[in-house]
Amino acid sequence: MALLEEVTQVAVQPADKTNINRLWKIAGILLVVTIIEFIFAFSLPHDWKWMKISIFVGLTFVKAFYIVSEFMHLKHETKVLIWSIVLPMIFVVWLIIALIYEGGAILGVR
Amino acid sequence: MASTAVAEQTNKNLWGGGVSPLKASYGKLMMWFFLLSDAFTFSGLLITYGLLRYSHPAFLGRVADFIPSQEYWPIPEKIFDGLPFLHGISIPLAFVGLMTFILIMSSVTMVLAVEAGHRMDRKNVMKWMLWTIIGGLTFLGCQAWEWSHFIAGSGKEGWGIDLNGDGILQMGVDFFGANLHMNEYGPQLFADLFFFITGFHGTHVFSGVVLNAIVFYQASVGTFERRGHYEMIEKVGLYWHFVDLVWVFVFTFFYLI
Repeated sequence: MALLEEVTQVAVQPADKTNINRLWKIAGILLVVTIIEFIFAFSLPHDWKWMKISIFVGLTFVKAFYIVSEFMHLKHETKVLIWSIVLPMIFVVWLIIALIYEGGAILGVR
Repeated sequence: MASTAVAEQTNKNLWGGGVSPLKASYGKLMMWFFLLSDAFTFSGLLITYGLLRYSHPAFLGRVADFIPSQEYWPIPEKIFDGLPFLHGISIPLAFVGLMTFILIMSSVTMVLAVEAGHRMDRKNVMKWMLWTIIGGLTFLGCQAWEWSHFIAGSGKEGWGIDLNGDGILQMGVDFFGANLHMNEYGPQLFADLFFFITGFHGTHVFSGVVLNAIVFYQASVGTFERRGHYEMIEKVGLYWHFVDLVWVFVFTFFYLI
C-alpha cells in the first residue's frame, strides 16, 4: 500500500495555456468551416452542381488537414512518417478519377 | 578491428538499427498504418457511392417539387430533414449537422485528454476522457434515431411504394421506409449504401467508445502512472480522431453533395 501511494504521487506539470488555446482555436476553425458549408448548401442555387461539389470537397479537405495535422499531430512528426501516410493516398485519387469516369460511362449506356 | 568499430560508431546509419528513425514508438506507428489501411476501406466505400450515384440519372425538376422515385437518385437534403421531437417539420440536414458538431467536440475533448496525459495530469485525463466517451455515446444515440427514422419511413404526402398498384398509398398495405431490398427514397442502392457506409462508420465509433472506456478505466486505476507515460491515450486518440475524420467525409459526400 505504501508502494502504491508512492508511485501515484506523480509530479503534475502545470498546463500551458497557449497550447490549450491553440487547440480550442482549431476546434473553432472546424466549426466555422462546417457552418460555412451549411450556408453554402442552402444559399447557392441548385444548378451550380459542380461548383457546389468543388466548394464542399475543398472545405472538407480544409477540415481534414486540421484534424490530421494538428489533432492527430502528423504535422509535427518526422518527414518520412508524414510522407509514408500521405503518399499512398495517391491511389485513392486514382480510384476517384477511374470510378467517376466509369460511372459516367454507365450512365451513358443506361 | 578496433578502428572499424570506431568508424561504425561515428558514421552511424539512421536505418542501421539502434535508433528510431521515425521518432515514434512501435505501437503508434502500427496505429498509423492501420489507420491508413482503414482509410483505404472507407475511400472504397465512399468512391463506390460516387460511382453509383453518378451512374444514376439526377432529379431534374425544381427542388421544392422533389418526390422520390426509383428512376433517379434522391436529393439528400430532402431525405434527411427530420429532427427528434419535431415530427413532420422539414429542417434539412440539421440533425446530421448536430451529429457533426458532437463528434468534432468529442475530438477536441480527446486532444485535451492527450495534452493532459503529456503533463501526467491524471485528474484532467479522466475528466476529458469521460467527456469524449459521453460525446461518442451521444453520437451513437443520434445514429440510432437516424436509422430508425430512415427504416420506419418519412410519412410524407405522396411518398412510399405503391405495392398493389391502386394508386393510393395506404398504411399497412403499401411500403414505407427502407430496408435492404425495398427503398421508399429512391434506387435500392441508395438505401443499401446508407446502411453500409453509416453502419460501418457507426461500428468504428462503437469500438472507439469501447477503447476510450478501457483507457479511461486504466487511467483511473493508475495504470499509466505506474507505466510512467500516457502514450496509450495518444494511440487511442489517433483512432478516435480518425473516426471523426471519416465522419467529416461521410457528411460531405453522403449528405451535402
